[in-house]
Amino acid sequence: MKVLVTVKEVAIVEDGFEIAGTEVDDTYLGYDLNEWDDYAVEEAVQLAEAGDDVEVVAVTIGPERSEETIRMALAKGADRAVRVWDDAIADVELLDVETKARLLGAVVEQEEPDLVLSGVQANDDSFGATGVALAETVGFQWAAVVNALDTGTVLEEGVASVRRELEGGVEELTDVDLPAVLTIQTGINEPRYASLRGIRQAQSKEIDTRTVADLGLDASVAESSLDVTAMYEPESESDAEYFDGDPDEQAAQLADVLVEKGVVSE
Amino acid sequence: MTVLVVADHRRGELRDVSFELLTAGRELADAAGAELHAAVISGDTDAFADELNREGVDAVHAVDHGEEFNHDVYAQAATALADDLAAEFLVVPNSVNGLDYAPAVATRLDRPYVSDAVGLDYADGTLEVTREMYGSKVETTVAVDDGPFVVSVRGAEWPPAEGTGDAAVRAFDADVDEAAVGSTVRGFEEVGGGGDVDIGEAEFLVSIGRGIEEEENLELVEELVDATDAMLSSSRPIVDNGWLPKNRQVGQSGKQVSPDVYLAIGISGAVQHVAGMKTSDTIVAINTDPNAPIFDIADYGIVGDLFDVVPELVEQFGGDPPDV
Repeated sequence: MKVLVTVKEVAIVEDGFEIAGTEVDDTYLGYDLNEWDDYAVEEAVQLAEAGDDVEVVAVTIGPERSEETIRMALAKGADRAVRVWDDAIADVELLDVETKARLLGAVVEQEEPDLVLSGVQANDDSFGATGVALAETVGFQWAAVVNALDTGTVLEEGVASVRRELEGGVEELTDVDLPAVLTIQTGINEPRYASLRGIRQAQSKEIDTRTVADLGLDASVAESSLDVTAMYEPESESDAEYFDGDPDEQAAQLADVLVEKGVVSE
Repeated sequence: MTVLVVADHRRGELRDVSFELLTAGRELADAAGAELHAAVISGDTDAFADELNREGVDAVHAVDHGEEFNHDVYAQAATALADDLAAEFLVVPNSVNGLDYAPAVATRLDRPYVSDAVGLDYADGTLEVTREMYGSKVETTVAVDDGPFVVSVRGAEWPPAEGTGDAAVRAFDADVDEAAVGSTVRGFEEVGGGGDVDIGEAEFLVSIGRGIEEEENLELVEELVDATDAMLSSSRPIVDNGWLPKNRQVGQSGKQVSPDVYLAIGISGAVQHVAGMKTSDTIVAINTDPNAPIFDIADYGIVGDLFDVVPELVEQFGGDPPDV
């Protein structure tokens, strides 16, 4: 069985930052593995540990810098990695869902996985759509916002028995036929830390870089229909009363409020 | 031109976001000089169609197929109806179910998709969608000038549509291809865990978030809870880490609460969390980041380190703060 796990290097914005045009100024950005994808990687690695002959392939769309991120997936147990990039993609300010789905779709067609795991959303652009759009693009089944997966039925019956986390503390139990794309919610497992040995081994694992042409696609695939026209810090709607002073003074003022509101007695 | 919105329902009830969609859809229809149509797929479509017939709605389309949400049925029905109406705009909720079918519909219709809109504007053939990035730290406007469009709308951003409308209610036969339905919903389950605690009943909730850093540090907050006779709740990461059971989680996927006082400690205020607690009478926030979104909805704020402030607060109420 082959499991493809999509990972994304996301930009993390520091607390104090400046916006230059329609982007956050580079100097205020750090990069990390998308939180939701970390859970997807863990789920894939757990499947590999539970089954015989399960190969885990990590795939990302990203510049050379993102190899650092995809090596985290390798260090945690992915067998190999694919990175999709070329100049046409680099020129796009905001990759739309369709473009990401078509690029990843071409990788799916080359790799022919049985199962694709993808984070529910990315914590930079928060589209929350790539996994389902990918499934539709390649004709796979899918389930979104999965917070439990029955490893046994996946490995033995070719069915993904999942729980989907709905709003308000309710879960939906759903069976999805394979091949399928599942979008993974945080909390489904406990992502492992990469071991030193894993990190060392990841350095020697293969990262296969593929261009749009390698994927058999035309450069026009990167033509995004979305255009970021403005970026700004949201105006604070805060009319909060702030408690100033040292921590003991702040705590004293807060204590007064709690007593005044009648939830704590003196 | 037509704006088509697709309602959300679960276990026999339309969800609030359905009525908010009508308001968002009407705004868009007014800007575009279009009609507003609503669709309801599956469930008690007659009753749902009646409820959706609110002021400003021109037509309601009822697709009678099965009881509950199934993304294959929704994807087929929404695609067919949008095609049939040649709807310029398809507006869906950015709910868990919306996430489960809308991207597929956009792909099938070969339309651009913009998700999680908090504002919509349409002029001269261009749709401008306001959305957030980087965990609400920035807002962007994204222009799409290549309609028709599919856009998903964040809950609780538009007021619900009210009043009674005079919409034409029509049945729509979506002709669902059963062979293409590859998922089977087996049922629902309420999730809890950790005894019969109901944080929805508490008058005073002390709620903890990512700022607590380590599981061992929870002891400090528990001491505050003891000293003030409060109830302990949390934001999602604490439950994801397994430090507290699911029934302590406040937010969209957890519990909706509205205590007299909600004390948010080390919680940044992600939109999913805020959705679960913003109706609290008094909201107090302690956070090191002065720009944390939680302060936007707080009545009282302390910009400071919880590890400095909380021990002092414990002492204020006669407790003995542990050394963390």
